[in-house]
Amino acid sequence: MIELQNVCRTFTVGDQQVAALRDIDLRLDAGEYISIMGPSGSGKSTMLNMLGLLDRPSSGTYLLDGGNVTELNDEQQARVRREKIGFVFQSFHLVPRLTAAQNVELPMILAGIPAEERNARVRVLMQNYGLSDRADHKPDQLSGGQRQRVAIARATVMNPTVLLADEPTGNLDRNTGWEVLKLLEGLLEQGITLVLVTHDAEIGARAHRCIHMLDGRIISDERQEK
Amino acid sequence: MKLADTLQFASGSLRGSPTRTLLMMLAMSIGVAAVVVLTALGEGARRYVIDQFSSLGTNLVIVLPGRTETAGVGPGLMSGQTPRDITLDDAQALLRSRAIKRIAPLTVGSATISRGALNREVVVAGSSSDMLGIRHMSIAVGSFLPPGDLHDSASVCVLGNAIKRELFGNEQAVGQSVRLGDRRFRVIGVLASQGESMGMRTDDLVIIPVATAHQLFNTTSLFRVLIEAKNRDAIEAAVSEAEKIMVQRHSGERDVTVITQDAILQTFDRILTALTMAVGGIAAISLAVAGVLIMNVMLIAVAQRIREIGLLKALGAPARQIRHLFFAEAVLLSGVGSVAGLALGYMGSFIIGKVYPMLPVSPPWWAVLAATLTALGTGVLFSVWPARRAARLDPVAALAGK
Repeated sequence: MIELQNVCRTFTVGDQQVAALRDIDLRLDAGEYISIMGPSGSGKSTMLNMLGLLDRPSSGTYLLDGGNVTELNDEQQARVRREKIGFVFQSFHLVPRLTAAQNVELPMILAGIPAEERNARVRVLMQNYGLSDRADHKPDQLSGGQRQRVAIARATVMNPTVLLADEPTGNLDRNTGWEVLKLLEGLLEQGITLVLVTHDAEIGARAHRCIHMLDGRIISDERQEK
Repeated sequence: MKLADTLQFASGSLRGSPTRTLLMMLAMSIGVAAVVVLTALGEGARRYVIDQFSSLGTNLVIVLPGRTETAGVGPGLMSGQTPRDITLDDAQALLRSRAIKRIAPLTVGSATISRGALNREVVVAGSSSDMLGIRHMSIAVGSFLPPGDLHDSASVCVLGNAIKRELFGNEQAVGQSVRLGDRRFRVIGVLASQGESMGMRTDDLVIIPVATAHQLFNTTSLFRVLIEAKNRDAIEAAVSEAEKIMVQRHSGERDVTVITQDAILQTFDRILTALTMAVGGIAAISLAVAGVLIMNVMLIAVAQRIREIGLLKALGAPARQIRHLFFAEAVLLSGVGSVAGLALGYMGSFIIGKVYPMLPVSPPWWAVLAATLTALGTGVLFSVWPARRAARLDPVAALAGK
């Protein structure tokens, strides 16, 4: 469960203060499927970074599973990111010199999980995502869809409670994009909370809850029954 | 993150940019190799000099006429006296000291040696039978000067190896006679070839009894008296007693100088050790340069891998871990670099040893240790800044490549 209370984020650009988030109050329940939409500069990416603990609020409080994570130090925040949060990026962000399997393994290496367990988990995940025969390929030998699937495997290998996806289909053609989206939505069955940032209205509409942002504010928050 | 994983990840990123990695390792290894080779040379020179001195004789004490004063006007000048000569009797009197094992008087001059139509100028040393043992010389054929009274002026001579070859070629020299100045001498022995030792070529030397030399050069004074102390501990006693005896015999005048080979040796040893360290230190500067290179390249690497660093942070790597990854890279770089450098250095020393066989070239252990530690140290030290810079990156900006 995620709760943002009065969260503001201001950037200093030159000698001007630019507010990316203004007085955000938001509550996300476990297992929810949320899309965040809005024009560029509306603060949706900042919001996602805030939820993923990559950014700290200038003021306000962020509660994750009841704990105040704004007060945690770098080490503790990193631990939260490692154990509870998964990221999927528009540009995949795979490490080019590592193979697909090694990219999936990376979060577990950072977490200090022993090699045997890492290998077993990577194998299962690669199989689930239909990447078994691509395990030893470098990212530049993979298609866009395959790359994003590797990235999703990497984001879920630590069994996070929240998956944050920033325009996950932005760099993919329509068909591949849909496949990736289906894959992400499939994770909902495992009880994951899926937060999707997009400016594709069609994709955004698939979520159970659509949040629209403008100028750093939430202007609408609609739940829809599916 | 486990240590093994950290090292593996770091070596992976090093292998990811092989050219850059190789160049940095090359810089590191050249630095280490330079320290190893240069200190090996210095150490070789030091040991060469010590060997040379030792070949002059062990526990050697030398008495020479005249007093070397470090300051002021010598007493001889004040009283209008010139230093008295050291005579054969003076030399023999030295044997009264219990610290002194044996002595060899030495008179040096030059004369023309001739055999038939062959003649040349040679250095003639007048000495006694103990010269052979004290100066660690050895005889190739025949025998050395016969023991006996120092005042005996037998017309016998011992030829240096080169002289013998020039005058006799492959003929038997012992038993034949040569002319030295205006006297005929019987050759009783030939010295074994020794090469050069401290600028004195025994190969080009002719040795005759000291009394004969005095007659030949029409003098009664000695150039040096070589003394061999009983043992190493007796050297000091030998020096003071030799001085005492000489002062007694020269009516209370201290007009001789007594030096020990040890003192000279220690001075050389100190000078050459200092030199070796200085040269090693200069070589170590190249290690610092390599360190700066590593820092520079690592800063570039941080900039180039900024997205990867952002990703690692997003995946849950705290700043500490990012720092460790860069440290590990630096340690690996300088570690492998210094091992390669050591190999290179030992190879270089080996080659130098082959080219100059008389130099006992071998890198001293302290230099090898210091070079390796300096390499590792500079590697880590100069990666502090890049590692901190990487660790402090803002993950959002880093992911965006900014």
